Amino acid sequence: MAAGDIGARSFGGRAAAIINNPSVRGLVFQIAFVAALVWFAWDIADNTARNLQKANIAAGFGFLDRTAGFGIVQKLVYYTEASSYGRALLVGLLNTLLVAGLGIVIATILGFIIGVARLSPNWLIARIATAYIEILRNIPLLLQLFFWYFAVLRAVPGMREKWTFLGIFHINIGGLHVPRPVFADGAGTVGLALIIGVVAAVLVARWGRKRQEATGQAPPAGWIGVALIIGLPLIAYFALGRPISFDVPVFNDQGPILRRGFQAGSGMTVIPEFFGLLLALSLYTAAYIAETVRAGISAVGHGQSEAAHSLGLRNGQTLRYVVIPQAMRVIIPPLTNQYLNLTKNSSLAVAVAYPDLVSVGGTVLNQTGQAVEMVTIWMIFYLGLSLLTSFVMNIWNRRVALVER
Amino acid sequence: MKKLIASIVAGAALATAGVSAASAGTLEDVKAKGFVQCGVNPSLIGFGVADEKGEWSGIDVSFCRAVASAIFGDPTKVKFSPLNAKERFTALQSGEVDLLSRNTTWTMSRDSSLGLMFVGVSYYDGQGFMVRKSLGVSSALELSGAKVCTQTGTTTELNLADYFRSHNMPYEVVAFEKNEEVLQAYEAGRCDAYTTDASGLYAERLKLTNPDDHMILPEIISKEPLGPAVRQGDDKWFTVVKWTLFALINAEELGLTKANIDEKKTADNPEIKRFVGVEGDFGTGIGLTNDWAYNVIKGVGNYGEIFDANVGPSTKLGIARGLNNLWSKGGIQYAPPIR
Ligand SMILES: N[C@@H](CCC(=O)N[C@@H](CS)C(=O)NCC(=O)O)C(=O)O
Repeated sequence: MAAGDIGARSFGGRAAAIINNPSVRGLVFQIAFVAALVWFAWDIADNTARNLQKANIAAGFGFLDRTAGFGIVQKLVYYTEASSYGRALLVGLLNTLLVAGLGIVIATILGFIIGVARLSPNWLIARIATAYIEILRNIPLLLQLFFWYFAVLRAVPGMREKWTFLGIFHINIGGLHVPRPVFADGAGTVGLALIIGVVAAVLVARWGRKRQEATGQAPPAGWIGVALIIGLPLIAYFALGRPISFDVPVFNDQGPILRRGFQAGSGMTVIPEFFGLLLALSLYTAAYIAETVRAGISAVGHGQSEAAHSLGLRNGQTLRYVVIPQAMRVIIPPLTNQYLNLTKNSSLAVAVAYPDLVSVGGTVLNQTGQAVEMVTIWMIFYLGLSLLTSFVMNIWNRRVALVER
Repeated sequence: MKKLIASIVAGAALATAGVSAASAGTLEDVKAKGFVQCGVNPSLIGFGVADEKGEWSGIDVSFCRAVASAIFGDPTKVKFSPLNAKERFTALQSGEVDLLSRNTTWTMSRDSSLGLMFVGVSYYDGQGFMVRKSLGVSSALELSGAKVCTQTGTTTELNLADYFRSHNMPYEVVAFEKNEEVLQAYEAGRCDAYTTDASGLYAERLKLTNPDDHMILPEIISKEPLGPAVRQGDDKWFTVVKWTLFALINAEELGLTKANIDEKKTADNPEIKRFVGVEGDFGTGIGLTNDWAYNVIKGVGNYGEIFDANVGPSTKLGIARGLNNLWSKGGIQYAPPIR
């Protein structure tokens, strides 16, 4: 009897111990939470499907194979009206990547220059940088977008005229017209030579830095690198009998007015919608990046640059070798945010007829009526792109972060 | 981004609120809240446009008022939601508006996969092109190689592609989300031609700095029967909206106008008696009062009056009745009888 009693009590005690165990409890709550989340998601999906069916709205992703039937003004891959909706979306997606990628590069360069300029001891430069930042940050992006787009359109000559630079760049309201490279057999090898050249240049640069650290002498790694990057592909190009030729844009100034101007299908055209959007996105984001950079630089102790100066480093060197590397630790996390913002802001494209994923997707949505599917595609793409950007930036962040030794 | 969010919100609305929007009776809902929520064009002169005072006008706007008159006997019991081409269907599907009356083309896919139902045709239209006179072009068939500006989310985009493809002409389309930008880009010279429904061309041409420098080409490249649409699956509401349209057309045929309907009400004509509700039980049959059609005409006038006041020859648009004349007068507007 006594033994049973003890057994029962100890069993109850063990159960109580399990219930009171924080890690077990934590696990139970987490499982319950995940289950609730899954149930919630399933319920929404199920409810949506049922509602769509009830409202007689088509559902499913079958529409991606159907013929799109509409034209797209800028396409990086083959696309005609007879291509599928899926292909149209791919065209839009690549257009988004193009404008966002280039925008990030330009905004970063510009942002760093302006951020540094804002801290310049030169009164005028600092004021100009401040004015830039304040103006650009306080005007809604959409207005800036219209401003730049229509400014671009108004500034350049009409469809039947042109401005020519360096003999091969032509500009008019139809866009920037340049020769289009045509790749024949062997062009791949030239590309390979270029890649090898770049890799070799990076290795040379590293070797140069090591050498400088070890001996104090800096070999001309920069020049060797440039020679490699330009030289190798050039040698391959001539050795293979010039596998890359150029299709020059044809300009016609005779005949019926509609036939004059640059002829479709000749050369390569970069459309003004692209420039307008790129300009607006980069200039706007640069203002934010400049503030980030300024904050990062201000966060580096003044003693650091004083120490650098007393070692005999000039202003530029101090900035490059002492201040910026330390500032990067502060700059990178908010910089990531700016990159994500730029990418998301690129969805304003449709306002100026640039066919990005949101614009093309909107047309697809309207023609098929499949809003839920289209919104899902948008969300997955933008989420994926954001995660990818954050991932890459986190790796960079880890590399520049302070390491405790 | 704003658009994206709007779409997501609309999607979410479909995901969660679809049931109430689609299945509860719209007519009862409308009667309960006391007004009709009507989706219209924000800026198309003659069809849907608000003046500085926020006063709406246009054929499509008048139709919304006609529906309000049929239900409440009061053409002012209506609220307008300005919708651009891309937003309009989601707004109707998600229940944001009760009725879409926004120069919208009746097509099979809209009647099927979009889950809409067009009640009829309030304006027979077709797509055309506008060009600068200085281009020296007199026919759309000479537009080979042209750059064409248009608006996304319209039937226009597809007709354009079809037309140029079937005539083997190269072209380039520059498609904007909003009409203002289409027009601005066209005016700046980004495009050789501007394409949309012919009615829209007449309306938009007026907004250009020098309308006389531009001309509308004679070719009509598509059929654009424009009409009001409702959600599928609500027969009662569909019937009310449909018969409001028929009442407008029938009134013109019977010679009933806003001005004379009170006087003709008492005429000894069985058709008119049925129309104004002195004879028969037609109004209650569709969930309204028997003087519903009388109220429509008293509130907004008949189809011809609406046409003339908004787009007809005496207005800035100066559009001839053409196909939109009554069947008995050389056009194709025709409504089933009230009997
Ligand atoms: N009827 C066509 C086109 C309708 C349409 O959206 N037309 C344009 C050009 S006239 C328009 O009304 N734009 C005015 C706006 O969105 O503000 C359709 O249903 O797709």
